[in-house]
Amino acid sequence: MKIQDIVEQLQWEVLAGAGRLDADAQGGYVADLLSCVMAGAQPGQLWFTLQTHLNIIAVASLTGVAGIVVTESAPVAPETIAKAEAEGVILLSSSEPTFETLVKLTQIGF
Amino acid sequence: MSQQFTLFARMGKDLPLTILHELTRELKASSVMTAELVTISSTDSMRHVKAVMREHRISGIPVVDDGILKGVISVEDLIRALERQALDLPVSEFMTTNLITAHSEEPVLEALKRLEETGVGRLLVLNGDERLAGMLTKGDIVAGLLHALQEAYAHAERLARENQPRYFFDALVSDETSLILRYRVRVNDFTHGGQASAKIKKALLQIGASPQLSRRVAIATYEAEINLIIHTTDGGHIVAEIRPDQIVVVAHDSGPGIPDVALACQPGYSTASELAREMGFGAGMGLVNIDRCADEMDIWSAVGVGTRVEMRFDVPPEEAATG
Repeated sequence: MKIQDIVEQLQWEVLAGAGRLDADAQGGYVADLLSCVMAGAQPGQLWFTLQTHLNIIAVASLTGVAGIVVTESAPVAPETIAKAEAEGVILLSSSEPTFETLVKLTQIGF
Repeated sequence: MSQQFTLFARMGKDLPLTILHELTRELKASSVMTAELVTISSTDSMRHVKAVMREHRISGIPVVDDGILKGVISVEDLIRALERQALDLPVSEFMTTNLITAHSEEPVLEALKRLEETGVGRLLVLNGDERLAGMLTKGDIVAGLLHALQEAYAHAERLARENQPRYFFDALVSDETSLILRYRVRVNDFTHGGQASAKIKKALLQIGASPQLSRRVAIATYEAEINLIIHTTDGGHIVAEIRPDQIVVVAHDSGPGIPDVALACQPGYSTASELAREMGFGAGMGLVNIDRCADEMDIWSAVGVGTRVEMRFDVPPEEAATG
């Protein structure tokens, strides 16, 4: 599914990577422990997390996930957003908690 | 035939359709036509026509006198001659003189249009001085285009190969080639955590390693890098040696050292600080991840001296340079 379509339908906020939303995302991985993400997240997936510090951009870039979705509108520092732009990582924000975010995702056929 | 389909499938992916359009404009009738023709003279008998058609299994013959095209004699004309029992009459009595021709310097696009518009099966191709140069069918045009496309594709592929190493490390040749990348990792520098790993991954991809291999190296190196940031007294170094057949990444530091390496390797065991854990580090999975990603892992550690983690990744033979 195109990330653009998901963002539009679920009204997620695009924090970084607005120009690359025509990329496809398939499946996802949920974790706040970075080692688990390193071990489990697959390229092309969306990574759902409450972590917002700078290092999540490195994790996303190294695992090759399609994008990071920060849930519950967790505040993201400008440095993290700047780093995401610089590394070409798509950084999105959902206002709802992770569970509700995922339920809605399945409802739109993701 | 399957070869042609494969070619088209690859073309469709790699070459824009406009190349096909360009080729139909660029290719000249003379370069795709059949040049060696069986011809007949207008004074030959229809009986001779019958023999030539049977011998060469063709359904139409250009009629040429002294190199000049006079007409075309077809199976239909032969049937008319047979019906009238006039096989001894000359070709000139039956041939079609209203000819649809192409010029040898004409683009195949124009020839193709004429074939479509008139519905004829073949065009006779004339050269500059109006002499018969060859014959052109739709089949000739398709075959010619395929051939030209194949050449265009081979050319593009050759260029791509020259500009980019095709196999891992192919561009560098010596008796024992290796590339060494060194990175300093500072303690508590979470801001730059992952930078060494990211640079190594990028370098691997650039010199032709597969995304899978690059990813394995990157994940293992990341864990070692984070360990240097979280656990060391004074940071450490990451040294990646990239060889054609193996990648060796070493993370070393000067303390504090691991009291019980076996315990540290157990999944879930962590001594990370509260701060590190809040950031999502300290899952106790670092060394586990390294072991899983690397083909071999060795840890040497002494309390008060330091720790050295060596990770080795074999380059799959199909990725390695072919020599």
